[in-house]
Parts: sequence; C-alpha cells; structure tokens
Amino acid sequence: MYGKGLRSLSIVTVAAMALALSLVFFYAPLEAEQGFLQKIFYIHVPLAIIALCGFVVGALFAIAHLRTRDSSWDMRSYVTIHMSLIFAVGALITGSIWAKGSWGHWWVWNEPTLVSFLIVFLLYATYQPLRFAIEDPERQSRYASVFAITAGAFVPMNFIAVRLSTAYLHPRVLGGTSNLPGSMRLTFMVSLAAVTLLFVTMCKYELTAKHTRAQVRALRRRLVGEDGSPARRGRTAVPAMGTQAAGRSGL
Amino acid sequence: MSAVLVLAEVPALPLNEAGKYVAAAYIVLVIIILIYVSIMAIRLSRIERELGELLELSGAPKPEPEPAALAAHQESTPA
Repeated sequence: MYGKGLRSLSIVTVAAMALALSLVFFYAPLEAEQGFLQKIFYIHVPLAIIALCGFVVGALFAIAHLRTRDSSWDMRSYVTIHMSLIFAVGALITGSIWAKGSWGHWWVWNEPTLVSFLIVFLLYATYQPLRFAIEDPERQSRYASVFAITAGAFVPMNFIAVRLSTAYLHPRVLGGTSNLPGSMRLTFMVSLAAVTLLFVTMCKYELTAKHTRAQVRALRRRLVGEDGSPARRGRTAVPAMGTQAAGRSGL
Repeated sequence: MSAVLVLAEVPALPLNEAGKYVAAAYIVLVIIILIYVSIMAIRLSRIERELGELLELSGAPKPEPEPAALAAHQESTPA
C-alpha cells in the first residue's frame, strides 16, 4: 500500500523542517558579504537540487515502466515529475527573490545556471500537456515514459554543461570550489535532508490519494456496473491505475 | 538581545531591507505547502463523498462512529 508508513514519515518530515529552520535562523552564522539575505540560500538551493533529482528519479521510474509495463511505475514517474515541477516553481520564485535582494534584478539572462534551470523547467512543463493530448491510456503512458527518460537524461547533461562553462556569477555550492564553513555546511545539509523528506512525503501523499481514488472508482464500477473504458474515463493527464497494480508497495 | 544587535549590524544590506526578501522566500515555501494541503483536503472530501454514495448504493448500514468519537460527543453534549 502507498499509505504505509505515511504517518511516521510525516512526523519525521515536520521535525526535520523545524530543525532545519531552527538551524537556519539561530545557529548558522551570517555570511560576510550578503548578511541576513544569505538565509534564502538554505531553502532555494535544496528546492532546486531536489527538483532536478526528482526529474531524474522520474526518468528511472519511467525506465522501470517501459521494462515491466506495470502501470504503477508510470504513476510513480508521473507523481515524481509533477512534484518536481512544484519544487522547481519554488526554486525559481525564491531564486528570483534572492537575485532581486542581492543583484538588484529579478532575473539575469546572461547567467547560465538560471537560464539552464528555466530551460529544464519549461521542458518539463510540457509533460502534462503531452499526457493530456493522448487519450489512449496505454499509448499515453508509453509516450510519457519515453519523454521522461529523454528529458531525464538531459538534466545531468545540462548540469555538467553549466559547470563546465566559464562564467561564474552564480555561486557554487557543492564540489571542490565550495568554501562553506562547518556550521553553514551542517545547516545546509539538514535543510537538504528536510526538503528531501518533504518531497518524499508529498509524493507518498499524492500516490496514496490517487490509489484511493482508483480503488473508489473500481468499487463504483463493481457496484454500478460502469465500464472502465478509455471513452468512459475521458481525457485526462493522470495515468490509468489498475487496482491490482496500485496495491503494490509505495515510493 | 545580542543576537539581534549582531543581525542589525553585520549584514551588507540593512536588516529591514534584507529581512523582507528572506521573509518573502520562506513565505513562498509555506504558501506552496498550504496550497498542496488545501488541494489534498478537497480531494479527501471528494473521496469521502463518493464513498458515502457507494455505501448508499450497496445498501450497507452506515458505519457506527468510533467509541472514542462517541464518548467525546457525549461529553460535549449538555445533560
């Protein structure tokens, strides 16, 4: 069941978020150049990292779907990409706010990290319309998986290309050039873990909700005799989920 | 108190200016979570309504309230 362990996961997530916020505002020192404004870093960067990782995980689920033809993998891929898009919106908004405070502009078009992230976001923004455009559930899931794999491969390539570029206006966080002191690094790692937990919890909630809805529909079909054909299902971007497939283990 | 003084003195941007940007960024996160919780609440109520309809269709009796909820209801009801 998708809902298994959801309660304890939710409690851990709330505790981790509270710990992360406490560290951000009461433990991490003020950065010498940006001062208090740098506190945005502890939410903006984890949101961006988790969004990008979510896109890659969505691609891995899509590979599993194409290999097994199990619709539950398609549902996992769909939910992971859907949630990553929400986190990417958060990263874009918080990044713009930080840019305005730090650089005086909401957006800087000649900065490769910002523009590449926007390109990835816009690429994935077409995922839902693609699904919605295909009515046949089987074809829809197959095409969506191919898209998820192709776009998922683009994410690390894009990341590496930006790293290799020479214009470094945007600060580096991870890797050899990072110069975060210990307390800041600890706070960042806790924030990253908290945002990761938030992502996993939200994905599990989403999967549980969709699974429950699929079960209710199956029950309605059994009681009322409605057919589950694509014509009856109507046009939707949400993957078709069989109740048998939905009953397997969660994220 | 000393922490407030440090916050007020150290930043390159004055705290009253940097503070609004930091607050805005964290409020964005809270809003995203609140929107998500609201959507989940709407979905939950829809599923609950559908299940109620299905229960009526099946002809099954409505489920009894749980003992704890019943006790709380009796306590809150004036004698």
